[in-house]
Amino acid sequence: MSLMNIFDIAGSGMSAQSVRLNTTSSNIANAESVASNTDETYRARHPVFAAQLQSAMQNSPFDFAADQLKAGAGVDVMGIVESDAPLQLRYEPHHPQADENGYVSYPNVNIVEEMANMISASRSFQNNVDVMNSAKQMMQQALTLGR
Amino acid sequence: MLAQGLLLTRQSHVFLTLRQEQIDRVHNMGISIDKQFGIHQHALQLRSDRASVLANNIANADTPGYQARDIDFGEMLKARMGERSDTLPMNASSTSHLQNLVAAEAINGLKYRNPSQPSLDGNTVDVDRERAEYSRNTMEFQAAFEFLNGKIKSLLTALKGE
Repeated sequence: MSLMNIFDIAGSGMSAQSVRLNTTSSNIANAESVASNTDETYRARHPVFAAQLQSAMQNSPFDFAADQLKAGAGVDVMGIVESDAPLQLRYEPHHPQADENGYVSYPNVNIVEEMANMISASRSFQNNVDVMNSAKQMMQQALTLGR
Repeated sequence: MLAQGLLLTRQSHVFLTLRQEQIDRVHNMGISIDKQFGIHQHALQLRSDRASVLANNIANADTPGYQARDIDFGEMLKARMGERSDTLPMNASSTSHLQNLVAAEAINGLKYRNPSQPSLDGNTVDVDRERAEYSRNTMEFQAAFEFLNGKIKSLLTALKGE
């Protein structure tokens, strides 16, 4: 029953978007977390999404069964990568975390980018919720067939 | 008296032929539930399949490199009904020429959508369009459901004989 797949698909989308929201909130929360050397400074984190392919494992690609659409099975979070953008070095000689030259390294979090990411993630989350809701309606309706 | 007798036999003859016609009709009809449901059962199944394709597009709206997919509904419905598609056969000058080869992308009926404004990361999902298609698909699912339900209701009425 392919309507059941929709719950998995939309669920994977919601979970992926919530991972994205999590990293965004972590980035914003740590936007001002300073460190005295560049190795220890917090770096912005972003998830990497990839499409899940359900059919690759389950059936052979040359399966000619017409009643099975291999639509894929939603989205997968492949991992979380740290941003390579340069850290912000600010000259604050009186800061307790300043290095010997008087510089403090601030994280490479771009707040504007993170806010845009947050809005995009929450919109995508809502889209997936709506998809799941109407799939639920379709299933409930299908259960009343013949009544 | 004789005239009356004749009349009676004629009536019973008419009655008998009527009976025979009814019996013939029932035999010819051969109550087949599959035929009774017709296109609607396939349409309902295909609508729910298409819903999962569109849901997958929406779930992958932010996946880099993902290309939006959809099915040709009419084509798939014909395939499921066991009818031939509209594609014309190729002209062959020899019987050894291969005919009716399945195109690679047509194996499972899924096709790629023409991107209206693809993004830089290769993603071709237009969320607004997908949502519109999804809602339309849901409505058409409900329509197919109503048709199928009507068929079942009329079958039930016939079975009850009230």
